[in-house]
Amino acid sequence: MGMTVVEKILARATGQEKVKAGDVLEPKVDLAMSHENAALVINQFKEIYKGTNLKANVWDPSKIAIIFDHRVPAESAKTATNQKKIREFVAEQGIDKFHDIRADEGGICHQVLPESGYVRPGAVIVGTDSHTTTHGAMGAFSFGIGATEMASVWTLGTVLNVEVPKTIKVIVNGKFNENVGPKDLILYIIGKLTAQGANFKVIEFHGETIKNMSLSGRLVLCNMSVEAGATSGIVPADKETERYLREVAGVTDEINFVAPDEDADYVQVMEINTAVIQPQVACPNTVDNVKQVSTVTDKKINQIVIGSCTNGRLDDLKTAADILRDKKISKGVRMLVFPASWRIYKEALNEGYVSDLINAGAVVMNPGCGCCLGVHQGALGDGEVSLSTTNRNFKGRMGNPNAEVYLCSPAVAASSAITGYITVPEKGNN
Amino acid sequence: MGKVVLKLGNDISTDAIYPGRFMATVLPTETPQYCFADYTGFNTKARTEGFPPGSFIVADDNFGCGSSREQAASTIKGYELKVVAKGFARIFLQNAINLGLHCIECPKIEASEGDELELKGTKLLNKTTGKEFDVLPMPAARQAIIDADGLIAYTRKRLLEKQKA
Repeated sequence: MGMTVVEKILARATGQEKVKAGDVLEPKVDLAMSHENAALVINQFKEIYKGTNLKANVWDPSKIAIIFDHRVPAESAKTATNQKKIREFVAEQGIDKFHDIRADEGGICHQVLPESGYVRPGAVIVGTDSHTTTHGAMGAFSFGIGATEMASVWTLGTVLNVEVPKTIKVIVNGKFNENVGPKDLILYIIGKLTAQGANFKVIEFHGETIKNMSLSGRLVLCNMSVEAGATSGIVPADKETERYLREVAGVTDEINFVAPDEDADYVQVMEINTAVIQPQVACPNTVDNVKQVSTVTDKKINQIVIGSCTNGRLDDLKTAADILRDKKISKGVRMLVFPASWRIYKEALNEGYVSDLINAGAVVMNPGCGCCLGVHQGALGDGEVSLSTTNRNFKGRMGNPNAEVYLCSPAVAASSAITGYITVPEKGNN
Repeated sequence: MGKVVLKLGNDISTDAIYPGRFMATVLPTETPQYCFADYTGFNTKARTEGFPPGSFIVADDNFGCGSSREQAASTIKGYELKVVAKGFARIFLQNAINLGLHCIECPKIEASEGDELELKGTKLLNKTTGKEFDVLPMPAARQAIIDADGLIAYTRKRLLEKQKA
């Protein structure tokens, strides 16, 4: 029996010929990412060293990345103080992959990592953020961990006691219907798998649709794989991965392509033809409560959010700008746009997308996560409804347990901004 | 032995356990005040009267789904509660083990608030209804961290071994 992509990556990271699902390993980490919760990681890291008489130095500062994105600029004295402590630690330890609150380097971690060339196919990546699954889009095994576990990684350079996950193979074929794209596809998959259907498993994506999909779209698929419970999503690296690494991330060194064996062992195989997928929406309060947009079009909306680590990339902003150009957002609706990084923000400025959005009435914010998880800006009032291109709609997610969040694609969000109701995008917007 | 002080359904997210708006608070000594903050009755009782140590939260499947925030584990641990669920989300379960929050995976559990539960080896007994349920054993990989009294102690031990080598 052959190996899946993740099994191959873990075999390499543990110096073994072969590993299989269920094996317990201690893989070497190639990249360890944190954001503002590095404050807690630092606390736990110092706890580990307590009483050892050893100086608390991280195992390899070049393999640690810290990106401020969750509450930027700081919303409170508490956050600002935590960010200050992290800056001091970064300087003391010599951590270069640090992205501060600056328009020449900043953004949301799950965009900054790929566009900076920090993510490589075949790498083992851990992050103190559940959406670390995103980087599987580059062919890495990338998964979320807690702060204490990260402190352990900073100490030893390995993740302790990792059980090799089983893999679900998802094969997607066909051309997308008009106004349907990667977000609709992943919502459709989560609806089928359920919110726990991939718990403790990896989702490996294959098929013509994936092969023809841009890296940006693959990031959406892997980003939201965690919403089916997956340890990680992964798209085996191919020519598109190489194009992104060379052209966008500016990587010049050798790229290590890792493909699964033909006789790899999958716990489940799911085949999808995109012909059956129409625009999708995840209704409150779970991400697997997925319906066709056409069945919920009477829902009035108060706030539209476009952006985040899921859908804040240039193609997403273009989709929104194309729909909203020379149009107006419905009275009584507010629309917030969060580009995924400052680099994307600047590209959207240059392309004129930011002007299109602003002229329609949208408020273009600085890149950040705060709104999506209800910690900073864009809170909802009691009884209000948000339609959002973000990734979670749990009760209270956007800061108010008495409000509702619906999740959709940028095309659905922008089209709905014009009408003020959840709306199926018109033909010709693709 | 302890009573069920909170009974919950499927897919209880970390946003329910520890809402995002309190995430700037990180230290395990400070997180318990926001435990299930939007479950006002439970949170008020936790903060004012507290619960006898060893009381239980019981939930259905996929408990702790969502974010990697460790506060979701430390906030419950602060009240010395145990969590029984039909199933747990991966990152939450690992965080719980790392911090020493006792989680019990019990796929068939039936219990209501106020019921008295007792853990007997691989069985969980609901003393109020008289029914007994199987508990799934922890994988050996996780048991090692539990036996070491959490991940901080376990990593410290590994670090010292590495220094000697």
